[in-house]
Amino acid sequence: MERVGIVLISHSSKIAEGLKELISQVITEVPVEAAGGTEENEIGTSIEKILESIHRADCGKGVMLFYDIGSAKMNAEIAIEMAESIEVMISEAPLVEGAYVGAVESGMAKSLQEVNNAVEKAF
Amino acid sequence: MELQVKDTIQWLEKINEKIQQNKDYLTDLDQAIGDSDHGINMSRGFQEVVKQVNSKDYNTVSDVLKDTAMTLMSKVGGASGPLFGTAFLRFSMGIKGMDAVNQEAFAKGLEDAVAGIMQRGKATIGEKTMVDVWSPVADYFKETAKVQAEDVVYTAKNAMEQTKEIMATKGRASYFKEKSIGHIDPGAASSFYVFEALSEVIKEEE
Repeated sequence: MERVGIVLISHSSKIAEGLKELISQVITEVPVEAAGGTEENEIGTSIEKILESIHRADCGKGVMLFYDIGSAKMNAEIAIEMAESIEVMISEAPLVEGAYVGAVESGMAKSLQEVNNAVEKAF
Repeated sequence: MELQVKDTIQWLEKINEKIQQNKDYLTDLDQAIGDSDHGINMSRGFQEVVKQVNSKDYNTVSDVLKDTAMTLMSKVGGASGPLFGTAFLRFSMGIKGMDAVNQEAFAKGLEDAVAGIMQRGKATIGEKTMVDVWSPVADYFKETAKVQAEDVVYTAKNAMEQTKEIMATKGRASYFKEKSIGHIDPGAASSFYVFEALSEVIKEEE
């Protein structure tokens, strides 16, 4: 069954990878992609990385983005503008807890809007 | 003033020189009220911009600035990437289809750039950001009959120095609240180099 994809955007590739590991230990059926750090894996965020992760995480039901600080959101917004045909939403919930709740909700085969509503309600 | 493709590339090269020379200064400013990567990010970004615009043949100023935008967005890493990137992208769109950019067209490009920065950063004037430099410079280009090189530097420098007195309410600096007062905003400082470089290009024309 198709699930809403989850993309984790952080200034640190280690935070994004670590969070992906944390979520994937419990929730296996949801596509979770890490988009952390710059192209050179330095501290920062990359539009290209975010865009690639959106494409990988999408299986037709849309993608939910979770981000940490500063430029992460701006780069996420530009990536969404570039993703065009894919339905994407940005969550304002805290990265770790928000993404975890999002993945659980997505695992129950909810729609993108339902996942977003559930995450918003939780925080 | 009239800006051709070669002048635009020269402008970008001069911006790059200034950013490289002041990389440590920009990082110091950012250390006070940010995360101390502004100099490093901008230096990486503009180094790539110069490499990019010198590797291709361009027909229009708009195309040069569009490539500048895309390079900054993908290479900078911090918030300055999407912000400066959006500025140059909107600028390039504002002057699309023009062979050479005269003052009127340049003013239009700048106005679009300012709108882009404000929209992308959800910022307005007086919040201790790059907007506080871009906006008065855009106004100067719009309201002056004939742009003078010294006035461009003066406007940008004065605007940059005024960011010192403001308390940041946007961006990473806003976490520092009152502590942000007394420091020039790093994004305003690098914006000053952008316009200082521009004034040198204009001066050569005069």
